[in-house]
Amino acid sequence: MRAHPGDYELVAPGTLPAVLSLLAQEPGGWLPIAGGTDVMVQYAAGELPARKLVSIWNLPELRRIEVLPNEIQIGAGCTYTDLREHEVVSREFALLPIAASWTGGIANQNRGTIGGNIVNASPAGDSLPALMAYEAELILVSIRGERRVPYTSFHIDYRKTRLAPAELVRAVCLERRFSEYQGYARKVGPRRAQAISKVCLAALARLGDGVVEDIRIAMGSVAPVPLRLRETERIVRGQRIDPPLVQLARRTAAAETRPIDDIRSTARYRAAVGGNLVAEFLGRLSAGKIKG
Amino acid sequence: MSDCPQGRSKCEMALRVNGERIVVRAYPMDRLLDVLRGELGLTGTKEGCGEGECGACSVLLDGTLVNSCLIPVLQAQDAEIRTIEGLRSDSRFQELQEAFLELGAAQCGICTPGMLLAAFHLLTKKPQPTIEEIREGLAGNLCRCTGYQQIVEAVAEAAWRGTAV
Amino acid sequence: MKNGDIIGTPVSRKEGRSKITGQARYVDDMALPGMLYGATVRSGIPRGKINRITFGPGIDWHEFAIVTARDIPGKNCISLIEDDQPCLADGTVNHPEEPILLLAHRDRGLLSQAVRAVSVEYDPLPAIFTLEESERLSEIIWGSDNTFKTILIEKGDVDRVWEQADHIVEGEYRTGAQEQLYIETQGAIAAFDTDGRLTVWGSLQCPYYVHHALKKLCGMPADQVRVVQMETGGAFGGKEEYPSMIAAHAALLALKSGKPVKIIYDRMEDMAATTKRHPSRTRHRTAVAKDGKILGGEIEFTIDGGAYETLSPVVLSRGAIHAAGPYYWPSVRVRAKAVATNAPPHGAFRGFGAPQSLFGLERHMDRIAEVLGLSPIEIRRRNFLQPGQTMTTGQRVEEEIDLGKLLDKAVELSDYQAKKQKFTGENQGQDCRKGIGIAAFLHGAGFTGAGERHLGSVAGLEVTAEGTPRVLVSSTEFGQGTETVLCQIAAEALGLKYEDVGFAQPDTAVVPNSGPTVASRTVMVVGRLLEWAARDIRRKLTSCGLLGEGYSPEEFRTACRAYAAEHGPLRSLAQYQPPDDLVWDEENYRGAAYAAYAWAVYVAQVTVDLATYSVSVDDFVALQEVGRVVNPVLAKGQILGGVAQAIGFTLFEKVIWEKGRMQNSQMTNYIMPTSADLPPIRVYFEELANDYGAHGAKGIGELPMDGPAPAILNAVQDALGVPFDSIPLLPEDISEALSAGAAKRSLTSPAKVGP
Repeated sequence: MRAHPGDYELVAPGTLPAVLSLLAQEPGGWLPIAGGTDVMVQYAAGELPARKLVSIWNLPELRRIEVLPNEIQIGAGCTYTDLREHEVVSREFALLPIAASWTGGIANQNRGTIGGNIVNASPAGDSLPALMAYEAELILVSIRGERRVPYTSFHIDYRKTRLAPAELVRAVCLERRFSEYQGYARKVGPRRAQAISKVCLAALARLGDGVVEDIRIAMGSVAPVPLRLRETERIVRGQRIDPPLVQLARRTAAAETRPIDDIRSTARYRAAVGGNLVAEFLGRLSAGKIKG
Repeated sequence: MSDCPQGRSKCEMALRVNGERIVVRAYPMDRLLDVLRGELGLTGTKEGCGEGECGACSVLLDGTLVNSCLIPVLQAQDAEIRTIEGLRSDSRFQELQEAFLELGAAQCGICTPGMLLAAFHLLTKKPQPTIEEIREGLAGNLCRCTGYQQIVEAVAEAAWRGTAV
Repeated sequence: MKNGDIIGTPVSRKEGRSKITGQARYVDDMALPGMLYGATVRSGIPRGKINRITFGPGIDWHEFAIVTARDIPGKNCISLIEDDQPCLADGTVNHPEEPILLLAHRDRGLLSQAVRAVSVEYDPLPAIFTLEESERLSEIIWGSDNTFKTILIEKGDVDRVWEQADHIVEGEYRTGAQEQLYIETQGAIAAFDTDGRLTVWGSLQCPYYVHHALKKLCGMPADQVRVVQMETGGAFGGKEEYPSMIAAHAALLALKSGKPVKIIYDRMEDMAATTKRHPSRTRHRTAVAKDGKILGGEIEFTIDGGAYETLSPVVLSRGAIHAAGPYYWPSVRVRAKAVATNAPPHGAFRGFGAPQSLFGLERHMDRIAEVLGLSPIEIRRRNFLQPGQTMTTGQRVEEEIDLGKLLDKAVELSDYQAKKQKFTGENQGQDCRKGIGIAAFLHGAGFTGAGERHLGSVAGLEVTAEGTPRVLVSSTEFGQGTETVLCQIAAEALGLKYEDVGFAQPDTAVVPNSGPTVASRTVMVVGRLLEWAARDIRRKLTSCGLLGEGYSPEEFRTACRAYAAEHGPLRSLAQYQPPDDLVWDEENYRGAAYAAYAWAVYVAQVTVDLATYSVSVDDFVALQEVGRVVNPVLAKGQILGGVAQAIGFTLFEKVIWEKGRMQNSQMTNYIMPTSADLPPIRVYFEELANDYGAHGAKGIGELPMDGPAPAILNAVQDALGVPFDSIPLLPEDISEALSAGAAKRSLTSPAKVGP
């Protein structure tokens, strides 16, 4: 049952500096709430431990996508719908709008934000494998200024990140250098929409003369954090894709996952499907079935 | 922006609901859903799950579809909110309602207001959706009675009539 | 208006406009002055003795109305078949969601903290959670043997068939619990007026069930209790018996506080605490001749009833009678049993036992076909019931049903043969395997056996002062179209237009007891009563010369007004009269189990993705013979919705139990299909006359729940060559079976073959 709304404090300072100064006054004392698609669900279940919330929904500083010559910067407050509807994102970072389309229904895509997905830090976060594959960088901001950190090492453990207590994610930066890559993304959930993934994959590869020159394979829901399958990448990189390699990659990927049993699925299933999705990706890659 | 620096107590917030400016006294963390239903008596918006899963509480916030159970009312300040009560006079919405009625898209009726809002939002963005697009556009709205087929048919029919006019 | 213009016409839903405008009033849309909100403290442990209840600090308990079992004025039970289920636990608890104590406060937000602040200490007792544990009798938790009900149906001498058999085929089949998941959660408001009269407004299927339970609980006479059905946001059986509980709780809090009290469950509480479909196990042992004819068989059907009896005996009864399906069994023995476990009571859910036992049978028919090397089509065709043959209870098939023809039509509509051949040819080596499967089944309309005779339902019509007739029934609308279809039947019988007939809100102070709105009985049984009442109204008007043979709606209204002026209100009630030829022997389970049956053949086409082990249904043909279709759009809606729920039952919906408690009681984690998960469902009706129902109509509401599960699992076997005999069938199960190499083993020994 829901707790009493009067037990919670919620403020909306309205600008990024005002939010940051509030966070700085009492580091860790305030929980930022953007679109509410995670926080309000916990609240509904009576399981929201934070009692003081600060709204960052629709802060103009967080809700824009800047296209620079070498990278794009996606404001952390951009919604999944914003991502799906952005032309450059769709053209150059297609895995991201695909992942955005997986999340919830349309109403949740209109409210859920990319920054929220990152800091909520669920291993099942839909957009996280894509960010891993693109080797995104995050711009973190606090009252003391900004810092840039690689996203691949942002998640430390289950729901633990490198974000400091008075810090916010301001933007996600993606380098514009994937025009030669072919991408593949697939979510396996309990149903086709409005589902929490059991396994989800985002992968990129660049082929030259039939040889895999570069490959990035990222997976969600198979470990306490979103996972890059480095070992699988290693055995595929520099190789020609043939059936034995696909089988080896399938086994390697399955072994590289660290899944658990929970109410949504089993560890064995997640590992097996993780391996299968990698095999499927490589199979399609070699068959030329993926559009770049 | 907020007149409510002490977020823990009830305070007055100005909302724009169905074209009207309304001042409500509520906790900032009160759900928009409860304010609409309880304070404003707009009971056409329903609660099905309280966790953003079923879409029965769908409303339009600045023209976008949202689940009002996941929105603290403070975040709805200054936004334009439209509920089913406020859409009754919209002729395109009426067309959709008629198609729902004729084609059997409403059974028990509890998901119907949310479903209509989701369909209206879809048709606003995509006046001529494919069947696949309708199924995707409505996937955030659960219906246990119909199996969705007659709903999908009604939305397709309304889209067709909308362009035929 | 001519007769025949209304029946069979897709008139718009009576209450449709209020639903599409958001004006329809559900119980949570209603508020009374001074109203409090109620909440329930539940056990949390599966079984134990209550030692002590303490009220924690930090809460001003004086502000709360608090109710325990001691506050119950009448009998502490939710009266249904047996009075075994307490309204509030008194001394012991028998499942983890058992209500112990009730709280009410004017601020709804304060309730959750207060509920958590009540702590209950127990001496825990050992508990049991599965059919097998219950059968073992190591712990007796109900009665003397954990058994709510046993049924034995015997036809012929099955013990003699085994030696004549060319093959003996055995199989065991299981189905899981299923949550109804109506989108409107359960809720009720109770208020006492100054004269001490109790009124309950609720989301419910059966006003008179609630009325009956409240009388007993409060020790009040019938005329002091009034139950009003509000618009009801889905039910599917889930609001058949549970509303009596929530109404009782609201009533007790209202009595204690002297104020109106509203209880609305949130989704988690609703899913965890209210009834679900009974989990089941069906075992078959069948003697078959080499030509494919069934010689006889033993069927053992067992269901898990949870901690209290509720409706388990009647769910068991329907399941047992349907266990033999639409086939001719020269001899058969059906042993059925409903047992107790320490889970919340399982209850009514669309199909009511039949989907469980028919799942077992229709999987078993494919197993027999496999053993004999016959096609799934042929095995069914050779065993279909023919008119004049007798069913397991000895009931003769009187209808001119031609199941072979129905099967042929389904095969043709689904392009079964061509697809089967195509898939067999193309599946090899593919990442996605396709398959097609079939199920044939029947569903009895109306109450089982002598149920209708015992009920003696009354339904009627009255004409208002303005001359407008309205339907008086306790039959409720909750999406199926009760209001619409009964108005169509009444209008047709009165010779009026559909628009001219109204429908009284089901309110026990106004409408007679036309029985519960369950068992696919409303159109057939209650509709027929309305026809009789309409005939009586016409006769009254004509016999006093106010109306001629033919008349306009205006002439009808004038005549009614004149009648009322002279004789008082024009009203006619009709009571169910059992047909002489329908006789039922409850003791021996012999005779006419149902007045009529609907018949169906469903075909499912699936794809199994070997990367994800997930099954998707690509095409679905639902062909059924249901007697006269009163409203084609609504009837189609019933089939579409039922098939969708059944697809959920088969491939998505799994209740995860931990010591009798549902672990996934959220819509995020209990997975029902969305619009993106369902195939196009193709619905076809055949209409065969039926003597018992209104205009020859039979029941259709439950039928579509019965066939999809076996059709889909038969299709999965067709795709993979691996049999699965348990639902829900999740990708994890398929993955396990394939990786364990179970595929090989199952294929080489698909079933025991003997003798």
